[in-house]
Amino acid sequence: MIHHHLVPPINEATARALHVGDTVTLDGALFGIRDATQIAMFDRKRKTQFDLRGHAVIHTAPNVRKVELSPENPAGFAPVCIGTTTSARMERFTRPLMAEEGVRLIIGKGGLGDASKAAFTEIGGAYLAVIGGTAALETTWIEAIEDVDFVDLDPECLWRFRINGFGPLLVGMDAHGESLYERVQAVANARRAEVLARLGVRS
Amino acid sequence: MKVDPATIEDVAKLLYIRALKLLPDDIKLGFSRLSANEGDATGRSVLATMVENIAIAERTNNLLCQDTGVPIYNVVIGRGVEVDGVALKAAIARGCEAATRGHPLRSSVVHPLTRINEQTSCGRRVPVINIDFSEQENALTIEMIPKGSGSENGSFLKMCIPAEGIDGIKTFVIDKVMEAGGKVCPPTIVGVGVGGTSDLCMHLAKVAATRPLGSVCDDPEGARLESELSVAVNALGIGAQGLGGDSTAFAVHVETAATHITLNPVAVNIQCHSARRATVTIALEGIRFGF
Repeated sequence: MIHHHLVPPINEATARALHVGDTVTLDGALFGIRDATQIAMFDRKRKTQFDLRGHAVIHTAPNVRKVELSPENPAGFAPVCIGTTTSARMERFTRPLMAEEGVRLIIGKGGLGDASKAAFTEIGGAYLAVIGGTAALETTWIEAIEDVDFVDLDPECLWRFRINGFGPLLVGMDAHGESLYERVQAVANARRAEVLARLGVRS
Repeated sequence: MKVDPATIEDVAKLLYIRALKLLPDDIKLGFSRLSANEGDATGRSVLATMVENIAIAERTNNLLCQDTGVPIYNVVIGRGVEVDGVALKAAIARGCEAATRGHPLRSSVVHPLTRINEQTSCGRRVPVINIDFSEQENALTIEMIPKGSGSENGSFLKMCIPAEGIDGIKTFVIDKVMEAGGKVCPPTIVGVGVGGTSDLCMHLAKVAATRPLGSVCDDPEGARLESELSVAVNALGIGAQGLGGDSTAFAVHVETAATHITLNPVAVNIQCHSARRATVTIALEGIRFGF
């Protein structure tokens, strides 16, 4: 188990150096995306002004406050509470995010599925687990909202955050075909029959 | 006792913000209990981070979770309370909107077809307002639940048939907890509705999922079932955040209703570990906030 400190953009080799069970802390830029953001990008073919190549994205839609433009709030939004949403709903967007936009790291909660695992393996990327529901903590890792695209989708815009010590995050899926979530599901599948038997369920 | 809509609007606003920031003591105790029994190192670390987050939210006066949820208000009107019901519902919606714009909070509510967000946390039939009545003299209580969507997506109904019996109910709960895995932000409260009609069954699952930890189903048969299932789900190894361990759920809660001779419905509604709720009691003595 290795701890990695990364400042995106990262290259393919760096992404492939991450292994399930490792931990990661990020600094620099982080992009917030969600369901509507990706429906806009990949189903409705809206092009973002941001260069996502080598970057990390987080499945989120933040609570923000509209404020005057200032050096602290260059996009006119101040962070209020920023956390993580369930990743599984956005499973089908992993491949286009990586293949078309060049994203290397996806941060979320609850894990992604087989199509994402294949994309991480083939293109070189990883899924980093943050603890869902701990947004008050995550907000302390975010310094500012630097920029925003697709502002009409508020709160599901494409957000560019400036982060400071974002983590530790747990590598939940890696570029070597490993997934912590699959391992846990395999354990549950193996225990199911015994659990039901103890409940007196006749097989 | 006469209750003024302006008072309702005020408390509806305060309840939403309070619920998003302060976790009830029974849930905090639930974390202590799970942490003491967790055998997995990752599980212990995940639970510790969740407990740290509760303290940070209190210290920084911030929301526990970014998901402001679907706002639900459960109103219970006691005897002798005079209130204009139509005005009460409108006042709750105004309070909900005022919290959203004033704090500000993320409006998480959209039209189901156009997906347009009015930025008010309100919309057609939302906030959800449930109204019931009690024997309590001169007291009106409102419970506010900001129901998080990650766990709300862990909602399932099966119209089992009588021949499937209680085995069908137990198997369905276990299989849905497995299917939900880490997506519903475990440790959870697994709410189970048994009986009734399809809509009542689903509603009971929500009532069960949002009941305080430590409370027991007042139907002895339901109480026995929730006790058995509480042990069973934590033997699956899904664990906190679906990353493995013994802390899949704080508890399984069951609510029951009589059903038809041909029916055997079972519903599951899951509450994530950010099991937020806030209550207010408006009485002759004054206004008192709690959980």
